Amino acid sequence: MDVRSQIAMVFHLDKCIGCHTCSIACKNVWTDREGTEYMWWNNVETKPGTGYPTKWEDQNEYRGGWESDGSRLSLRSTGKARIVPNIFHNPSMPSMDDYYEPWTYDYKALFDSAEGDDQPVARPISMVTGKPLDIEAGPNWDDDLGGSPIYAANDPNLAALTPNQRLQLMSIERLVFFYLPRICNHCLNPACVAACPSGALYKRGEDGIVLVNQQVCRAWRACVAACPYKKTYYNWATGKSEKCILCFPRLETGQAPACFHSCVGRIRYLGNVLYDASMLPEIAHLRDEELVLAQRRMILDPHDPAVLEGARRNGIHDGIVDSAQRSPVYRFVKEFGLGLPPHVEYRTFPMLFYVPPLLPVMSSKENDVADNCTDDLFADIEKARVPIAYLGSLFGGGNEGVVRYALRKQWAVRLARRHLTVGDVTREAAARALAEADCSWEQADAIYRLTALAGMEERCVIPPFQREMAIEMMEDPHLHRSSVGFGFRAAPVRGV
Amino acid sequence: MSDVFLFGVLPYVSLMLFFVVTIQRYRQRKFSYSSLSTQFLENRRHFWASVPFHYGVLAVLAGHVVAFLAPSVVLGWNAAAVRLYALEITGLALGLLTVVGFVATVVRRLGDARLRRVSTRGDWLLYGLLLLQLSSGVAIAYFHGWGSSWFASSATPWLRSLLRLAPDVSYVAPLPWVVKLHFVNAWVLIGFFPFTRLVHVLVVPNMYLWRRPQLVLWNRRERHDAGAAARRAVSA
Repeated sequence: MDVRSQIAMVFHLDKCIGCHTCSIACKNVWTDREGTEYMWWNNVETKPGTGYPTKWEDQNEYRGGWESDGSRLSLRSTGKARIVPNIFHNPSMPSMDDYYEPWTYDYKALFDSAEGDDQPVARPISMVTGKPLDIEAGPNWDDDLGGSPIYAANDPNLAALTPNQRLQLMSIERLVFFYLPRICNHCLNPACVAACPSGALYKRGEDGIVLVNQQVCRAWRACVAACPYKKTYYNWATGKSEKCILCFPRLETGQAPACFHSCVGRIRYLGNVLYDASMLPEIAHLRDEELVLAQRRMILDPHDPAVLEGARRNGIHDGIVDSAQRSPVYRFVKEFGLGLPPHVEYRTFPMLFYVPPLLPVMSSKENDVADNCTDDLFADIEKARVPIAYLGSLFGGGNEGVVRYALRKQWAVRLARRHLTVGDVTREAAARALAEADCSWEQADAIYRLTALAGMEERCVIPPFQREMAIEMMEDPHLHRSSVGFGFRAAPVRGV
Repeated sequence: MSDVFLFGVLPYVSLMLFFVVTIQRYRQRKFSYSSLSTQFLENRRHFWASVPFHYGVLAVLAGHVVAFLAPSVVLGWNAAAVRLYALEITGLALGLLTVVGFVATVVRRLGDARLRRVSTRGDWLLYGLLLLQLSSGVAIAYFHGWGSSWFASSATPWLRSLLRLAPDVSYVAPLPWVVKLHFVNAWVLIGFFPFTRLVHVLVVPNMYLWRRPQLVLWNRRERHDAGAAARRAVSA
């Protein structure tokens, strides 16, 4: 057993209202610089939809992630054998047109225009070329367009559905969408790290955060191609790749990352989990459908004495173990079985988990008769508007069972709460639903509390590990000052 | 300018600049070491520009290195006319491949507003020098048969005399002007090298093929182990 600690996350999709506050918080803190305007380390997509960059889930086109031949894992983009002949032109590299060309508006024209018959307009101006631009795409271009024949219909996950189900999704009465906020998953088996020819990307041993060393990055761009989630970005101005850093300067001072902190719907949970890194080589070759549960097996019980002993052997500090024991992520993923990894079949083992949305049918219309079915609101998850197969493709690696389990349990918790607070559901009915969903009354209460009532400190349990600060403390401060000064010795400007 | 300056002094100035500035830049402005790829901004023509240029120039440079390290091999090879023709035609073809890639690179850069945005004056100056170098090189290959033998019989002894710190310009003084231009411009390029994006040549990854796929960096793991051991000792 090789016990390691990893900061992990849960996004509760049933609570996401798609307000993009997380994206704006991130953008304002990290990516408002030249060359990063097009980057959204945090973005919120509408599903079904094509996402950002467009159709990022279509790995036949983008060739991200790993593939297994049963005994060997290899990168789909450019593994070791293929990077050498392809280093001058990466065949799997997306271009700016796959994302969008960032723009601003010529606001000055509103003030400077000569008086005339027409209103002055602020034309869109490209933030790359500085020239006027016809806007054709943006980071959330298909926002809320759940039934769109252009966007939603091209969602790669629809391949898992029958033609009939696909038609239903597009029919006006059954239109449906939900939001999928995405950040870097800080994967256990990151493809970006494995792809980097320079070794600029690394995973921090103590907390598993994946970072790009800007001093070592040489713009070979292999990480951009390799990440199946397209969460490493190329800064065209500095010639370096950049990615979500999980706000580690905030984490190390005990604050939640900006996107977590600003989340209006309080959908985001953060905490560290202990996992057994030695299991990875073996489970990486399982069939797609087995991966969700296999990854869950890797996450260890932080109360188990054997795990604690393993943690002690690996030098994991008691404070880290203590926060792992209070981790909301452990509860959602391991105890409740509600948290599911996105597209686990890419085999990077993402450490960002999603609680799938319920999306019940509120009313239906047949022969001009509208039928309000709120009485029977949670009658059957199989009748939910998004087919289970769709969620299975997104969150189950094709395994619909794990999705069904998570939905059924959420549905049972609602019935239990309905019984307790409204009273129109009998105790027997609630108890039966809970039993069918593999959920005790105590667990239902715990799920309810963590979902609906948890405050900031419960949602984000930040382990007390100040890694970068610790590095500074190991050096003689006088020596450090005389040799380094403050920050970069040279500004991080583009080379010539 | 006298041959002594061009072939006896300029090389040392260039080498000095090359080593001092490259090292200084790597130590103090490491961030500026990047291939500054523009594939992200323009992905289609990038293939037809970057791939022929890089493969062409690498092959041509490899030929130069062979002639420098093993001149006798080249001379022996060229002893038979057929083999000489084969070598010169190969060299010319590779040179032309490089030129095709180079022209495509410049056309691509000029024709795209996004790329003009990330092109600096240093880039254009570099393109000017490369144009001179490539065109003089191809001209030698085309107009001067025996070019490859000249390298082995004249340029190599001259370069070796430079390395011995006893420059002997008499080896290259009688060569045609286009060959001299090729030499002088090469030294200018080498001196200019550390001030340009060319430094990415020096940081091509070499450990990648041998390292483990995942890179996990610990903040002095052994310290934690020692700390844990100490704690256990205290509690026991």
